[in-house]
Amino acid sequence: MTTVNRTTGTRPVNPPKAGPPRPARRRGPRRHTRRDIAVLCVLLGLPILLDLALVWGPTLASVALSFTTWDGVGDIEWAGFGNYADLFADYPQFWPAVRNNLLWLAALGLLATPFGLLLAVLIDRGVRFSRFYQSTLYMPVVLSLAVVGFIAQLVLSRDQGALNALLGRQDDPVDWLGDPDLNIWMVLLAACWRHTGYVMILYLAGLKSVDPELKEAAAIDGASERQAFFRVVLPALRPVNVIVGVITVIEALRAFDIVYAVNKGRNGLELLSVLVTDNIIGEASRIGFGSAIAVVLLLVSLGFIITYLVQELRGEQRR
Amino acid sequence: MTVSAVRARRPARPGGPPGRRGRSGVHAFLLAVSLAFLAPLLLAVYASLRPYEETARDGYFSLPSRLSLDYYRQAFTDSGMGRHFLNSLLITVPGVLITLFLASFTAFAVARLRLRGSLVLLMVFTAGNLLPQQVIVTPLYVLFNKVPLPYRMSDSLMLYDSLWAVLAVQVAFQLGFCVFVLANFMRTLPREILEAAIVDGAGVWTRYRHVTLPLCRPALAALGTLQFTWMYNDFLWGLVFLSTGDKLPVTSALNNLRGQFFTDYNLLAAGSVIVALPTVVVFLLLQRHFIAGLTLGANKG
Repeated sequence: MTTVNRTTGTRPVNPPKAGPPRPARRRGPRRHTRRDIAVLCVLLGLPILLDLALVWGPTLASVALSFTTWDGVGDIEWAGFGNYADLFADYPQFWPAVRNNLLWLAALGLLATPFGLLLAVLIDRGVRFSRFYQSTLYMPVVLSLAVVGFIAQLVLSRDQGALNALLGRQDDPVDWLGDPDLNIWMVLLAACWRHTGYVMILYLAGLKSVDPELKEAAAIDGASERQAFFRVVLPALRPVNVIVGVITVIEALRAFDIVYAVNKGRNGLELLSVLVTDNIIGEASRIGFGSAIAVVLLLVSLGFIITYLVQELRGEQRR
Repeated sequence: MTVSAVRARRPARPGGPPGRRGRSGVHAFLLAVSLAFLAPLLLAVYASLRPYEETARDGYFSLPSRLSLDYYRQAFTDSGMGRHFLNSLLITVPGVLITLFLASFTAFAVARLRLRGSLVLLMVFTAGNLLPQQVIVTPLYVLFNKVPLPYRMSDSLMLYDSLWAVLAVQVAFQLGFCVFVLANFMRTLPREILEAAIVDGAGVWTRYRHVTLPLCRPALAALGTLQFTWMYNDFLWGLVFLSTGDKLPVTSALNNLRGQFFTDYNLLAAGSVIVALPTVVVFLLLQRHFIAGLTLGANKG
């Protein structure tokens, strides 16, 4: 989204005479009337309130709770960094979960994203039936991740799964989802299946916005198609690249539904998100401890979020 | 998307740039990938139409001796899919409408009023949407257990275990994304119209409702489609904030089709198809809208 001004350079709409640039004060003294202020207070206040009460408040609360040993009912007792110490040292599921989240990130970033870009480029070249390809490839994206998880079981289950039948291994079946060394890869495949279409649509829209003159100019200058793409088109897609990057990271950190649908995230499919959920709605209800895991997740994602916002802010200032 | 006068100047680009070589290779590749992408879905549909005994005996790649809709009936009657569908609808439809309304006003304020601090506001909303859901889930769970509601709103007498909880979280959480997209979209709208409205003495509400909003229709349509799918597809909120089985939205209820000791995958397939159907239909019907929303801004300049 947004790409307009940067990618196309000048817009024909504002020649220099379109009025003095910004610093000129708004004409006259009129700012907002009392009615305007009331409208603003209500309609701006409501979303801000919702966002603070149900998103940012809980985020801070998570941080605070992570330093306690609360079980949800009794008194809240201060625990210092105890939960974190336990987490890093004595919680056997923690490091496998971190590893799986990283694998998830790598798979989405290094496989699904480039593949989605490739498909977008091919479709954008104007092949016939592009509408059909586009719809088909995007189809998995509209499915719920839980449904993706269930369909994965249909394809991959040991005894009846389609994959074993396809490979002719009914007599010596591979337990694709049950084998803890194997299942994460299979689940990643399912995740990539869905992510590819997402990336493709974003790039397809971005590619349509790239000024064809850019490509023509590159071609006239003697650039090969490949050079033109990597040196001219891809840099012009920077805003889309940033958005795709953010979505990829966030999807990797949020990953939950697929593994939960497959086996509730056990036996090789541990993820940080699953551990958080298990600690709250599980029997134990270790809210303090669960929050500590959530904070780890928060810190990692904040790193990416802040990088992204700084990028946005820079773009904002250039506007 | 939303892109600019450039395309308008060169309306016809028939079939894209030339580059004829390798066309059939590209076709073969795209076709193969498309089929591979479709295969699991087709398999799910096929499996859902066949009885368990048959596929257990012959595997999924066998010719059917009998096709029936029994599993669909079973999914609907045994596990009350109808009830769960209604729950999903009760959350999704108001959720999308409220989110779009609040987000479009916030975006309008941020992008077109140039209020002080609007950049900070935009950042707060955007960043909020990027947080993983699990970061906020624990305190929300505690909070919702403490907020009382009258009986006619929630038979649990609190926000926890009521559809309101899920609705509220959906709206709050999705606001950020919509504000972000709409603010960016509104920035690309010509300012001249807005200035003209100001000269005419239009108040904030008029500038929002009658000057800006009508120009945002393509973006709202695209976001509406997207948000419908996202809210409908959500799995976690229902799972965590609802404890009564009857109240679960259909996506979260899918897990109920799995037996305690034995899972009939064909029944699960039927359930998956039922759950997937609304979003697939919406996508196929509104695809034109959807893709237009992503590219339409292109043609007005």
